Amino acid sequence: MTESSTLVKPACYHCGDDCLTTEFVSDGKQFCCHGCKSVYNILAGSGMCSYYSYNSHPGATRARVDKRFDYLSEPSILSELLDYTDDRISIITLYIPHIHCSSCLWLLEQLNNFSPAIHYSRVDFLKKQLIVRFDNRQYTLQQLVELLYDIGYEPLISLQDIIKKQNTADKGNLVQRIAVAGFCFGNVMLLSFPEYFGLSVYEQTFKHFFGYINILFSLPVVFYSGRGYFVSAWNNLKARVLNIDFPLALGIAVLFGRTVIENLAHTGAGFADTLCGLVFFLLVGKFVQQKTYHHISFERDYRSFFPVAVQILDDGVEKPLPLAKLVMGQRIVIRHNEIIPADAILLKGNALIDFSFVTGESVPVNRTLGEIIYAGGRQTGEAIELEVVKPVSQSYLTQLWNNEAFTRKQDNRMKTFNETVSKYFTVVLIIIAVASLLAWLPFNYHTGIDAFTAVLIVACPCALALSTPFTMSAALGIFDRNRFYLKNTAVVEQLARVDTLVMDKTGTITNGTSKRIILGGDLTDKQQQIIYTACRNSIHPLSRMITQYLGEMRALDITNYKEIPGKGINATIAGHKVQVGSGNLIFGYFFETKQMTRVHLMIDGEYLGYFGFDQEYREGMENIGLLAPQYDLYLLSGDQDHERNELVRFFHNDAKMFFGKSPQQKLDIIKNLQQNKHKVMMLGDGLNDSGALKQSDLGIAVTDNVNNFSPGSDAILDGQSFNKLPAFLRFSKDTVKIIHLSFLISLTYNLVGLSYAVTGRLSPLVAAILMPLSTVTIISFTTLATHFAAKKRKLI
Amino acid sequence: MNIIYFLIGCSVLMALVFLGAFFWAQRSGQNDDLYTPSMRILLDDELKDDKK
Repeated sequence: MTESSTLVKPACYHCGDDCLTTEFVSDGKQFCCHGCKSVYNILAGSGMCSYYSYNSHPGATRARVDKRFDYLSEPSILSELLDYTDDRISIITLYIPHIHCSSCLWLLEQLNNFSPAIHYSRVDFLKKQLIVRFDNRQYTLQQLVELLYDIGYEPLISLQDIIKKQNTADKGNLVQRIAVAGFCFGNVMLLSFPEYFGLSVYEQTFKHFFGYINILFSLPVVFYSGRGYFVSAWNNLKARVLNIDFPLALGIAVLFGRTVIENLAHTGAGFADTLCGLVFFLLVGKFVQQKTYHHISFERDYRSFFPVAVQILDDGVEKPLPLAKLVMGQRIVIRHNEIIPADAILLKGNALIDFSFVTGESVPVNRTLGEIIYAGGRQTGEAIELEVVKPVSQSYLTQLWNNEAFTRKQDNRMKTFNETVSKYFTVVLIIIAVASLLAWLPFNYHTGIDAFTAVLIVACPCALALSTPFTMSAALGIFDRNRFYLKNTAVVEQLARVDTLVMDKTGTITNGTSKRIILGGDLTDKQQQIIYTACRNSIHPLSRMITQYLGEMRALDITNYKEIPGKGINATIAGHKVQVGSGNLIFGYFFETKQMTRVHLMIDGEYLGYFGFDQEYREGMENIGLLAPQYDLYLLSGDQDHERNELVRFFHNDAKMFFGKSPQQKLDIIKNLQQNKHKVMMLGDGLNDSGALKQSDLGIAVTDNVNNFSPGSDAILDGQSFNKLPAFLRFSKDTVKIIHLSFLISLTYNLVGLSYAVTGRLSPLVAAILMPLSTVTIISFTTLATHFAAKKRKLI
Repeated sequence: MNIIYFLIGCSVLMALVFLGAFFWAQRSGQNDDLYTPSMRILLDDELKDDKK
């Protein structure tokens, strides 16, 4: 076989993709498609070409066209989308996945250059959001969205906008609590120093003055900043659970009580600085734990991925209808690149459906008239008409969300180490406190009370409460750097505890988009040229892959060209009769013997061979096979078992590979494994894995683009980092070990403190030194140890 | 030494003003987006005859 010409293809000036043709040129610049060229022309027309000077190729590829936004003029939809509207202005926040560089920022904040009715546009880069304020008398939301679409920034419009919701969490409130605690902590420290350094006799009056101010400073710390601990402890007591908040609340209460009493009775200086420091550090720990990813949503369900509205045919007239109002029997029109929102029967048109969101398989499949098409598929090619046979929420896929796995509360999946330990910790703490009280009582009830309170102060599990958040957030940072995004810190512990890995096939362990092309047979240069010419005119993904495989060539004359959807191409090129397509097209009847998708080639009645498209497994699949003795590996695929023989080398055991399973069956298999005491981690990618992901102890969505749709899950793994999965698992185990170690360290501090405390002679100075010292030790130990562990696992 | 009462009063008052300023900044959303302004400042107002 001769290597075809390897000309360097010019990169599109707008999006940077390779230009397959030289057709699209404007101002001497090359573009890959008409879409990109038209964006350039719009920008050039408005004198906004600086867009291209900040970064090269900042645009999104605009290969697809014809998109409808008519539904944005529907008042009921409008009112749900707009943040604010009155009779003059409207404000909207739009989520734009393509925002990725400073050019995007620059262009989107210059929207007023396109229309004076846009008053204000501002980008929030990390959240990938655009806030626009516009005059609604001169401009409509539909125009705005169309403008954004025209310049290559299509907003993702969804009524179930979880990203917006999760960003308005009460993190702001926590920051304010920390600010108050920190403010009081600083001032109280300053006022406590004189006491520690010793005051001369004539300065004794200041001592009382400082004491009173300290009480004043403690008030907001206890009743504003520390309020959450009392509420949580009380709620847990009512639910008969002892969690870590109980000893913390007890410690805060005792510290405050003793501070007030000692200062008012002039018997001592109290523990105001320890109290403020404790609350401050605890809240900081809480803050660190609350890491949120602004641009990733872990709670998506089918609604966030289905369109907001659909075009229906009513007496032959097309009009938009909100999806929620769609009922059975209605006729819908689905255009190129639109998603079919409900199970429907195909009535008209050539359906070429891309089910990549559902199964992960990106090669579109053909459907014939009268066939039922399941919701979730994306039409490619011409517009089709369908009749809805099931309501949106009852469709084949969406009914998964009615399963109990989706209504179950998420918190009680696995108990974290912290929760388990703090139960015993609290019991032991109270026993020691009461014992020291009882031991002193016969001799000196004053010392008894002192000892009792001192035990509660010293043993206040501050370091314990901090070790988990700081270790986990450091670990989260490490995972984040390796493009593995966890929903929250508890997921790290769950990751350490799983013993069974279940994997979906298509899109998860195989690479969804790129496939290996194998040419079966030999082609001369002339023949290659003919095939290239035939495929160049087709928009079918397989044809595109063939043209890419053959590389840039000179196209020949076409005298006759016919593409039969789902079958292939019949053409006459440079006098040769060419057939490119499925076995059915070429041989009339054909039984596919090879276990792959094939495109057969025939020129002038002579069979020349085929292009085979093979699934490519993700890099690092071998390493995952090596996890076998430690972890149980299962394969759970919706496809047929073509690749059984190839896959058995990874999964070792034929009985652990399941094929042809429906979404519901996938969920049930996971449930079964769990009933056999397995801790199951599920890796999946499509909507059809949603049930299994939700049911499993730890669901990981594998995706090639984090901003794309991924089903609701506990973690999202970028496909590029798939090979690091074994390292992630080991690292999570290291992390848990670090937490255990730091728990031991904090216990040591507690024991040292206790030996003072039971004698009843805990001086405020000892408490004031011990508390921050243990905190600093824990924080530095966990940070360093996590860093070291990550290095050992080659994750940094 | 009675001046201490006055000085401490002043220092607490000042600190309270700063705390109030922080609350105001937090509530008016100044800390909501801490990243984009760092990019925005690098963009020029008008880039004329900048040919790539």
